[in-house]
Amino acid sequence: MEAAGESLRDTELRLGLPGTDAPEKPASTVTRGGKRALPEDDEDGYAKSNKSSEEEEQGEGDLCCQEPPAAKAQVVGWPPIRSYRKNSLHARKVEGEAAGLYVKVSMDGAPYLRKIDLKVYKGYKELREALDDMFKCFSLGEFPRKEGCSGSEYAITYEDKDGDLMLVGDVPWEMFISSCRRLRIMKGSEARGLGSRH
Amino acid sequence: MTYFPEEVVEHIFDFLSSHRDRNIVSTVCKAWYRVERLSRRIVFVGNCYAVRPGRVMARFPGMKCLSVKGKPHFADFNLVPHDWGGFALPWIEAAARGCPGLEELRLKRMVVSDESLELLARSFPNFKALVLVSCEGFTTDGLAAIATHCRGLRELDLQENEVEDHGRQWLSCFPDSCTSLESLNFACLKGEVNAGALERLVARCVNLRSLKLNRAISVESLARILARTPHLVELGTGSFTVEHRAEAYQRLIHAFRKCKSLKSLSGFWDVAPRCLQSIYSICPNLTVLNLSYAPAIQGADLVKLIRHCFKLQKLWVLDCIGDKGLAVVASTCQELQELRVFPSDIYGTGTAAVTEEGLVAISSGCSKLNSLLYFCHQMTNAALITVAKNCPHFTRFRLCILDPGKPDPDTNQPLDEGFGAIVRSCKDLRRLSLSGLLTDKVFLYIGEYAARLEMLSIAFAGDSDKGMVYVLNGCKNLRKLEIRDSPFGDAALLVNVGKYETMRSLWMSSCDVTLGGCKALAAKMPRLNVEVINDRDESDEMEENPSDMHKVEKMYVYRTLAGARNDAPEFVEIL
Repeated sequence: MEAAGESLRDTELRLGLPGTDAPEKPASTVTRGGKRALPEDDEDGYAKSNKSSEEEEQGEGDLCCQEPPAAKAQVVGWPPIRSYRKNSLHARKVEGEAAGLYVKVSMDGAPYLRKIDLKVYKGYKELREALDDMFKCFSLGEFPRKEGCSGSEYAITYEDKDGDLMLVGDVPWEMFISSCRRLRIMKGSEARGLGSRH
Repeated sequence: MTYFPEEVVEHIFDFLSSHRDRNIVSTVCKAWYRVERLSRRIVFVGNCYAVRPGRVMARFPGMKCLSVKGKPHFADFNLVPHDWGGFALPWIEAAARGCPGLEELRLKRMVVSDESLELLARSFPNFKALVLVSCEGFTTDGLAAIATHCRGLRELDLQENEVEDHGRQWLSCFPDSCTSLESLNFACLKGEVNAGALERLVARCVNLRSLKLNRAISVESLARILARTPHLVELGTGSFTVEHRAEAYQRLIHAFRKCKSLKSLSGFWDVAPRCLQSIYSICPNLTVLNLSYAPAIQGADLVKLIRHCFKLQKLWVLDCIGDKGLAVVASTCQELQELRVFPSDIYGTGTAAVTEEGLVAISSGCSKLNSLLYFCHQMTNAALITVAKNCPHFTRFRLCILDPGKPDPDTNQPLDEGFGAIVRSCKDLRRLSLSGLLTDKVFLYIGEYAARLEMLSIAFAGDSDKGMVYVLNGCKNLRKLEIRDSPFGDAALLVNVGKYETMRSLWMSSCDVTLGGCKALAAKMPRLNVEVINDRDESDEMEENPSDMHKVEKMYVYRTLAGARNDAPEFVEIL
C-alpha cells in the first residue's frame, strides 16, 4: 500500500465538519495520562510501522485545539462488530437524537413556554443557570440552588417517561436526561410542598 | 486385529460425539468407513465451498442434522462484498434429493432466499429444527412457508439475520394444530407480528422452553404471554417500557414470579429502569444474561441488577457498565464462564468506558472464566500478565482495543508481552483475537506456545513477513487464520504452502500480498481455491490485466474438493 499523497487527502472519508481537518496522528504516538491519540487515517486504512516523519511531528497540541475533538474517520470494518449490532445501536442513537433532548419548559404564570436542548448542559448546575437566565425576564426571583432549599418560592420539576412529576436533582444527570420529557417550574404553595419534602 | 460385527462397531461409534473423531475412525479401513458413513446422523460442513452438496448427501444418506457455514468470518464486519456467494439453495436442493429424512438444518453466514425456504418447507416431512445465524436474503414470506408446511416443527431460531419485513402474517401461518414448538426466536425481525396469534401459539405449545421476542412486542403482550408459559427456561423480552404504568407492570411482576424455571434472559430494548425491578425475583436463578442491546440501563441500575445474579455463567453487556460495574460482577458472579463487553459508543471520543482495570477485576473474581470478548479503550501488558495468571483456563480470548495499533499507555510499549503471557498460560486456548500495537514478537510467542490454537484474528499488527511465518510454522492445530491491514506479503504467504491444506481457510486483506504471489500459490496447490476479491470500483482496473506486482486488496484461500466454484460473481477471480 502506498502512503496517501497530498491529493488523496481530499478524497478521505471523514466525520469532521467541512473545513476542519482531522488531526493527523499515527496510532503509536505517546499517550500521556491515558489520553487517546487519534490515529491518522489515510485512504488505505491505518499506516503501519513505516509512518512518515511528517506525521510524527504533529504534537498533541493539535488535538487539544480542536473543539469538539474531531471524530475519527471511519475505517471499514472497525471496530469488529457485526452489522446487525452496529445497526441496532445506531438506530437507537438516531432515535434518541430525533426523539429530542429538546424539552418544553413551562413556568407557572409565564405567558409562554420555552424549549431547551438538555444535551447542551453538562449537569444540573448549568441547567439551573440556563433556566435562571431564560426566565429572569419574568422577574420571578432566584431559583433554588439545591433541592429542598428552605424559603424558596420555586421548584424545578420534570415529567418523566412514566408521566410522573419528579423533583429535578435526585438522579444522576445521565439518567435524568434520558427520562425527562418536559420541565415545569412550579411556584407558590405547590412548590413549597415539594421543596420541603427533603 | 479382532474383527467385530458391524453392529458392534456401529454401536461403538455412537459414543463418538465429535465430528473429528468420526472423521478419523472413518479413515482406519474400508469397513469402518462404510459403517461410519451409514451411521452418521450429524454432519458439519465448515465451508460450503469445500465440498459439493451432492457428495455430502451421497456419503451420508442417513443424515438427520446438517450444519453449513458460508461466508468468511470477516463478512460480519462488511469486509466481504455483498454478492460474494454462500448460497443455501444448492444445499437444500441436494438434501431434498438425497436425504429427504432431514430433520435439522443450521446455516451460518449464508444467503438464504425465500425460494430455498419454500423448498425446505415442502421437501422434508420430518423436519424439526431450523437455525439461521447471520444470514440474509429472505423475507417474512419465507418464514410463512416454514410455518405453514413444517408439521411438527420444534425449533425456529433466527439469530441476528437481516430479514425483510413483508407484513405481520407469517406467525399466523402456524396452523392451530401446531403444538410442537419448543424453541422460537424471532428477535431479529423488525416488523410486527400478530400479538393475538402469538399468544395463542405459545399457549398451545406446552413444551415451549425458549422464546425470544422482537422489539415490536409490548410489555403488555409479554405479560400475557408469560402468564401462559410459566415453564419457560429462556426468554428474550420485547420492548421493555411501561407506557401505561401500574397495571401492566403489576401483571408483569406477577407473571415473572410464576416463571420459576427461567434461567436465561435477553432483549431489553428500550428498557425503563423501573421495569428492571420486575425481574429481581428471577435474577438469583439466572445463568445467562444478555443486556448488550440495552444502552438505557446504565450505572446504578445495572449494578443493582447484577448484585442479584450470583449464579450467572454467561454475561453479555455494554461497556457502559464501566470498570466499577465490572468489579461488582467480579465479586458477585463467581460462576462466570463467559463475558462479552461490547462498545456502546463506536465513533465517539467519549469518556473511557472500560479499561484494563475492569478486566483485571474480573479475572481476580471469576476464576472459572474461559471465554472473553472485550472491547475497551486501552490495555496494558501488566494487566494482561495478571489476567493470564488469574485465569489460565481461557479457551477463547478476544480483545479489541478500539484504537487500532495503540500501545500500552503506561509504558508506551507494544502489547507483545501481555499477549505472550496469555498464550503461555492458557494451554487450552483455541481462539485468539489480537489488537493494540504489536510487533513480530507476539507472533513468535504465539507460534511457540499456542499449541491448541485453532483460530487467530490479526488486525493492524506485525512488522514484517516473519510474523506470519512464525504462526504458519508454529501453530500445528491452526484451522482459520484471518488477517487485515498487516505488513505480510508474498514471502510469508508462500513459505509453507502445504499448511493451507491442513486448515479450513486463510483470509488476508489490505496486506502486502501481490497478484503474482496469489498465482504462485494457486499454481503450487491445486486443491486450494485462491480467490482474489476486488472492490467493485476497482473491477474496471482488473479488466485491464494488472501486473503481477499489483497488490491484492482481498484474498481468500481455502482447501476444497470441489474445484473452482461456478457461482462466483465477476469481481471474484479464482486462480
